[in-house]
Amino acid sequence: MTGVGAAPTLGAPADDGVRSAAARRPKPRSVLGYWRLYLAISPFYLLFLCFGLIPVGFSLYLSFHRWDGLGSMEYAGLSQYRYLLSDSQFWNSLTNTLIIWAIATLPMLFIALVTAVMLNSAVRFKNFYRFAYFLPNVTSVVAVAIIFTSIFSTNFGLANAVLQGLGLDQVAWLNTDWGIKVSIAVLMTWQWTGYNALIFLAGLQTIPSELYEAARVDGAGPVQTFFRITVPMMRPIILFALVVSTVTGLQSFTEPQVLLANTNNTSTFAGGPGNSGQTMVLYFFQQSFDNNDFGYGAAIAWGIFLVVAIFSIVNWRLVQRGEK
Amino acid sequence: MKGMKGTRARGLTLHISLIAGVLVSLFPFYWTIVMSTHSSTEIFQYPPKLLPGSHFDENVHHLFQKIDFFGSMFNTLVVAVSVTFLVLFFDSLAAFVFAKFHFPGRRALFVIMMGIFMVPAQLQAIPQFVIMAKLGWIGSLTSLVIPAAANAFGIFWMRQYMKGSIHDELMDSSRLDGCGFLRQYWHVALPVVRPGLAFLGIFTFMAQWNDYAWPLIALINPDHVTLQVALSQLNSVNGTTDYGMVMAGALLALIPLLVVFFIGARQIMADLAKGAIR
Repeated sequence: MTGVGAAPTLGAPADDGVRSAAARRPKPRSVLGYWRLYLAISPFYLLFLCFGLIPVGFSLYLSFHRWDGLGSMEYAGLSQYRYLLSDSQFWNSLTNTLIIWAIATLPMLFIALVTAVMLNSAVRFKNFYRFAYFLPNVTSVVAVAIIFTSIFSTNFGLANAVLQGLGLDQVAWLNTDWGIKVSIAVLMTWQWTGYNALIFLAGLQTIPSELYEAARVDGAGPVQTFFRITVPMMRPIILFALVVSTVTGLQSFTEPQVLLANTNNTSTFAGGPGNSGQTMVLYFFQQSFDNNDFGYGAAIAWGIFLVVAIFSIVNWRLVQRGEK
Repeated sequence: MKGMKGTRARGLTLHISLIAGVLVSLFPFYWTIVMSTHSSTEIFQYPPKLLPGSHFDENVHHLFQKIDFFGSMFNTLVVAVSVTFLVLFFDSLAAFVFAKFHFPGRRALFVIMMGIFMVPAQLQAIPQFVIMAKLGWIGSLTSLVIPAAANAFGIFWMRQYMKGSIHDELMDSSRLDGCGFLRQYWHVALPVVRPGLAFLGIFTFMAQWNDYAWPLIALINPDHVTLQVALSQLNSVNGTTDYGMVMAGALLALIPLLVVFFIGARQIMADLAKGAIR
């Protein structure tokens, strides 16, 4: 592909500047004349076709069949979806996912907003603070989960050592229903609060300072200012953060998988004792790659897709209403 | 003056709260250092040791016996570097086309691309695994590199960047000078968007370095894995674990990532925030 001297066969520049003359419009010519442009964007679409579109279509086909990945496929109709609706382990994983998401996300967004407000009014060491707060987010989830396994360990964990030091009863964090959920939520909150604080900080910097001046003149205190001015003005960005943490939170996998890895006896995707930390995606992996039940796995994947889609639409509605 | 005193007290409270936040943020890193420098017997003692100990060498020695640490780090490095270069090339090339040229189907192709953003990874996981198995790539690093070689996020990001920074006059004059498509891409577009490429490169590298779910499935040979999978193997042993060793592994695996982050921190933090507000 030689580009030299090929000017006439190129598409015209996009007209996002001031459109000066009709001369800028592309001369009508056959689609083939644009082959260089199509070639340049083709890698993405080829990869998408092979590893995106065909797989998605195939997983739809698969969800109507029973298949262990080796033998022949057997048509199953809607039976796997029907089974999904009555599968108590799937409902358990959905409940787990929502509980963990709620106890992680809501405090996370609140702490992040407060942190951002404080950062916004700090003059010195701003870059240092931003750096320190963002560090947890770039750390790999696997490493973070390993670190938190040691903190929440029943025998030697720091969390229990602190409880013991305070004269309180120890908690088997990674062995009880709520202990597991709280541990996963704490891990997520630790990892994502700083990221959200930085996003909020960028948003705060777009709020005109006259608003704060006016509030101060009217005698509003910091708490009042926070709830009367900051929160309403930040609404679109808070909703953006909510959307992002919903989509990622509903698909959590690595956190529970690594955190509960050495309490699992049956499967690496079990989510700890009593499946208390088994999220939807963990259950998907368990059925697909531990039980080799590819057909049912595909049906679960579509179930997860539906849940994520519903939550995204609800979030989207909230955003829309906020913009009115 | 009362106001003066109030401001100072408020400033002090502010910095104390912010530093408390920093301590919470950084403590787990410190704790990793503490744990990785103690022997198992020390770790199981009460009260816990809060200062670093002297058994780091021993723990690292055990770590290297247990897993092929540098082998898996090398695998990760190969994957992360190849993916980063492929993504930078393919994404910026496609972004250049979407940002600066008209051609039939441009809108439709762009909308399709953005729609792909929304498809969750689980829907692709099983068929991808089957396709990889058919291609004979399961177990090899190819299965990680090829599907990740171009992505919608990067194209969208670079397109936004190019729309704002490559001016039409520049395109016009280079065309009059006889620059063809490839030369325009290489000599006109790329030099202008270097900061955008830096962000995308650092972001891609870190995401690949940390990737876990797909490598866990695709690399079936336990002796030939990426670093994150090797680390998770350390943690998944039932019963008593040599925690000093596991934490030494977590610590060593973090170092290359932190180096990359130190280099690109300013850019990454600024651009992530910008993307959210846009």
